[in-house]
Amino acid sequence: MSATGEQAPAVHSGAAGAAQFAGWDSRKFNYFEPKGRKASHYEDMTVDVQPDPKRYLLQDWIISFADGTPTYSESWTKAKSSDWHRFRAVDQEWERTHYQRQSTIVGMLNNVVENGRRSGAPKRFDRAWIKVLADHLGAFKHAEFGLGVATMQAQRYGYSQMINNAILTNSSYKLRFAQDLTLYLSEIGLDIEGIDQAAGKQHWLEDPIWQGTRHAVEAIMGADDYLEQYFATNVIFEPLVAELFRSGFIMQMAAAQNDFMTPAVVSSAEGDFERNLANAVELFHTLAIDEKYGDHNRGLMQAWAGRHGKFALDAAHQLQPIWSQPRVKVAQFNDALEAAKNRVRAIASEIGFDVRAAIGG
Amino acid sequence: MPDGLTLNKIIAQKGISIGEAAKRVADLGWTPSYVQEAMTFPTDYKIKKAPRDPMKQVLRSYFPMQEEKDNRVYGALDAALRGDMFRNVQPRWVEWMKLFLAIIPFPEISAARSMAMVARLAPGEELRTGFAMQMVDEFRHSTIQMNLKKWYMENYIDPAGFDITEAAFGRCYATTIGRQFAEGFVTGDAITSANVYLTVVAETAFTNTLFVAMPSEAARNGDYALPTVFLSVQSDESRHIGNGHSLLMSLINDPDNHLLLERDLRYAFWQNHAIVDAAIGTFIEYGTTDRDKKKESYAELWHRWIYEDYYRTYMLPLEKYGIKIHHDDVSAAWDRIVKKNYVHATAQFFSVGWPVNFWRIEAQTEKDFEWFEHKYPGWYAEYGDYWKWYKKLSVPGETNILFNTETGYVYPHRCWSCMVPALIREDFCYDEVDGKIYTYCSEVCRWTHKVAFAAEYEGRPTPAMGRFSGRREWETCYDGWDLADAIKDLGFVRPDGETLVPQPHLIFDDSKMWKLEHVRGHTLGSPLIHFRSLSPEGREQAAAEYRKGFKINPCP
Repeated sequence: MSATGEQAPAVHSGAAGAAQFAGWDSRKFNYFEPKGRKASHYEDMTVDVQPDPKRYLLQDWIISFADGTPTYSESWTKAKSSDWHRFRAVDQEWERTHYQRQSTIVGMLNNVVENGRRSGAPKRFDRAWIKVLADHLGAFKHAEFGLGVATMQAQRYGYSQMINNAILTNSSYKLRFAQDLTLYLSEIGLDIEGIDQAAGKQHWLEDPIWQGTRHAVEAIMGADDYLEQYFATNVIFEPLVAELFRSGFIMQMAAAQNDFMTPAVVSSAEGDFERNLANAVELFHTLAIDEKYGDHNRGLMQAWAGRHGKFALDAAHQLQPIWSQPRVKVAQFNDALEAAKNRVRAIASEIGFDVRAAIGG
Repeated sequence: MPDGLTLNKIIAQKGISIGEAAKRVADLGWTPSYVQEAMTFPTDYKIKKAPRDPMKQVLRSYFPMQEEKDNRVYGALDAALRGDMFRNVQPRWVEWMKLFLAIIPFPEISAARSMAMVARLAPGEELRTGFAMQMVDEFRHSTIQMNLKKWYMENYIDPAGFDITEAAFGRCYATTIGRQFAEGFVTGDAITSANVYLTVVAETAFTNTLFVAMPSEAARNGDYALPTVFLSVQSDESRHIGNGHSLLMSLINDPDNHLLLERDLRYAFWQNHAIVDAAIGTFIEYGTTDRDKKKESYAELWHRWIYEDYYRTYMLPLEKYGIKIHHDDVSAAWDRIVKKNYVHATAQFFSVGWPVNFWRIEAQTEKDFEWFEHKYPGWYAEYGDYWKWYKKLSVPGETNILFNTETGYVYPHRCWSCMVPALIREDFCYDEVDGKIYTYCSEVCRWTHKVAFAAEYEGRPTPAMGRFSGRREWETCYDGWDLADAIKDLGFVRPDGETLVPQPHLIFDDSKMWKLEHVRGHTLGSPLIHFRSLSPEGREQAAAEYRKGFKINPCP
């Protein structure tokens, strides 16, 4: 190979270990600190893909907006961090695990819906319950969609790849579930005469029961701080309104109305939320205990909780009449709301900020 | 079993049609009335018409489809290892993947971010699912490419360069060119960046050379992994092309948008050409060991994918809407590839700069010379001696080619717009923008910086348009540095603290590998800082001299 001098021994393979020389066994990404003892596959797929002038970005961002704001700016949230790259998503999702999980959920839903319909289950749903599904589950799907839209917007602004990808998968889950509900209602509608597919949107837009929820969702969609959107979605709205409706109402009530299908469909969102919540708690916890900005961030979270907590509590209270609509009443609104509040308290405690002013002690 | 009876027929039940499903899903959106939506990334375009969804796919069919694609990809990677792919892979090829795969995951994920921008701007919700799928697709592409890179690192003979990949991405002069691509997708006017630059031009035109032509060359070099991953990636692109075209169609009927569309198509086409053809042209032509004269050259591939497929069947039909298409730019790009040696000059530049790379480049050989002369008549007279010099100077102890004055090579100016150096010397130009002098590779790149990326375009205010920023000339960062210190600062040194990551050969033997001591004693300089320091007359004289080009001296 060399033009002059002694020829090196020929290597006839391009495989690892075919020759030993400086760096031949350097087979790990070595430019970031793993969270654990060894880097996880998720970390290898994710860390530092979105660069940062504070780390390796030698030439700085090379395009800016007209006002001089660079491609990514720390000013896009009021939260502050000593190190935006410290956060790791608890669910460790990268593309393969994301598709596997989403696809598994889709398979589960298809089985439930296909086999349920084949057994004639929708025809045996209680009549009053069918109207609840059409009006209120139909309205609720728009809330899920709104959170999907808000997080789809928010995933552009984060200051690290880990933050943005966690928000991206959150959006993917929310948008899938909104579609799941839409298609589920359409499909059982093929077996149930007279179910009104337009009723859900009408209730969403006009029914006083849903206006508080719509207001709360629009407040999240309209927030101009991406971390406020992510916080309000997972720390406030999901437990106080979405989980209240999904677990505290649909999943508790359905069986008594002869409906085993809807809880299975809705359960997927509860599983999604556990993961999204775990990611959000981890992120906001790292901000709450930030050695330099912890006080500021905890104050900020209290302010966010105050603003969105008010919308969410108003929304929750306005939903109360729905608990009276099923013929067989097996769950109480007040119990469900108390459980939801306790859930928020537990989440706030894990994150490390004081939520008493927002939802009571 | 009766004839014609299948399991599908037994279990089939009535469902809703795809069209009906897409319609109902699109009806999930509403116009907020309590609180206005969050700050939208700005645009100077007017979008009055809601874009249509050409694909009509819903997420519950999307996720299993993607999982199935993934299963094939990961199964193939396993099979490649079991088949001992790396025993037969060509290191010349894999080395270039250190550069390519350092660059590409960030543009991919930037495309995911850009979906936030177009989804917020596009009226209606019909295309929301399309944008959402593209967002998740791009997440797929970014992380599947990181996975491929890790896989090469774990299994290829020389992992150095893969192991520092994202740090190298932030620091290398060549990866900055790729960052111009990625930041261009998400910064500035949202339609300019996320629709025209990304989907209408990059994805519709240039992914064909990136993700179709390049994998073919990989396979010719014993690399079956890259085609497996990238053809799977490319299978998502038709959805993105559909998204881009649909949004374009919702803009194009408003004559108020035509001036901006003409500007953006011109900027986007030229810059995609300048960036993609420089990089991918080099990988395909210079990273291969396959010199079959029957295979297409990059120029021939470009003619097929860009000229015939994109220009004739996508760009030209836009004229019927009243959009001015710059045919002259397409011809000029073609001429740069076939007459002005754009790809060859880029490969030459990459190899001259080998000490500050993070991958190996070996010399081209007689077998290569013959192929190049066959495909590009006149190549040998222009580049034969250069590659002989390169081989001669690849031995530690020689003065490295970047600083060896015997060769006759003149280090180029860098283009402030596309970031590729001004390699076609006769096209070099410079101009003053906001009181500072900048250098460019071509007239269209000068126009891009001075005219297109400005607050006003042909008398029309364009407050949303982006600006070029940062330390765009890489050489500025190391002006006055000793080469060895710069390499250390870049982090392009192997774990022994002495041996360079880059090497000008493929010899996997410590005794033949370059170390810091071999490159110390040479001072890097910034051509731009020097050029700006000249008087106006001096600059004119220097530019005239530069445009004359250089002649490589005969290699003894």
